[in-house]
Amino acid sequence: MSLSLYIDYVILPILAISLLLVFIRLFKGPTVVDRVIALDLLITIGVSIIAAYSIRTQQSTFMDVAMILALIAFLSTIAFSFYLEKKERND
Amino acid sequence: MTDFIIAILSTIGAVAIFIAAIGIIRMPDFYLRLSVTVKAATLGSGLLLFSLAIFFPQVSVTTKALAIGFFLLLTAPVAAHMIGRTAYFIGTALWKGTVRDDLEGMYDKENHRLRSGGGQDAKAEQDGKKNTNQ
Repeated sequence: MSLSLYIDYVILPILAISLLLVFIRLFKGPTVVDRVIALDLLITIGVSIIAAYSIRTQQSTFMDVAMILALIAFLSTIAFSFYLEKKERND
Repeated sequence: MTDFIIAILSTIGAVAIFIAAIGIIRMPDFYLRLSVTVKAATLGSGLLLFSLAIFFPQVSVTTKALAIGFFLLLTAPVAAHMIGRTAYFIGTALWKGTVRDDLEGMYDKENHRLRSGGGQDAKAEQDGKKNTNQ
């Protein structure tokens, strides 16, 4: 069994199922902070999918996208927590 | 040989991410969800990025993959701490099975500062401050 076949049939399906499970929490989440961490986890899984896809296709072009995604995940979580805390303080 | 190492590392990473996804679905409480998610997902994507760094022979790609992994490892705890602190401020409910809450009454509601020290001393200090303010 070659590496690309293994990634096709094992790694990428596991990551796709994890994405679906996190999407359930993103829709269901009782509070807004649950949705924020679900979004953060979605972006982290996206970075992992880009890594697996780059190994599968032997192209390193997508890695710039992974870098930007990691940056956006951090910035969005920080911005959400900042503004949620600020909103609570003004009320 | 390299393929074998990459297969093992990426399997461990994918399984760790899967555990994080199950945890964010199954855990009863925001704080438990946060503590499951951040650690397991950071480990998983770090391992996948490390296997990517092993796979490509070019130095530029390897450096980029390790840089992304290092950045994730550096920023995930900071983001998790920020969002957990905010969740405590806006009053997210704890799980009903929680045994103790060390932060109860330790945060100043006005200026959002955390007071350290034992609960009894802090309460006495707070009462003293109130008396001097009056």
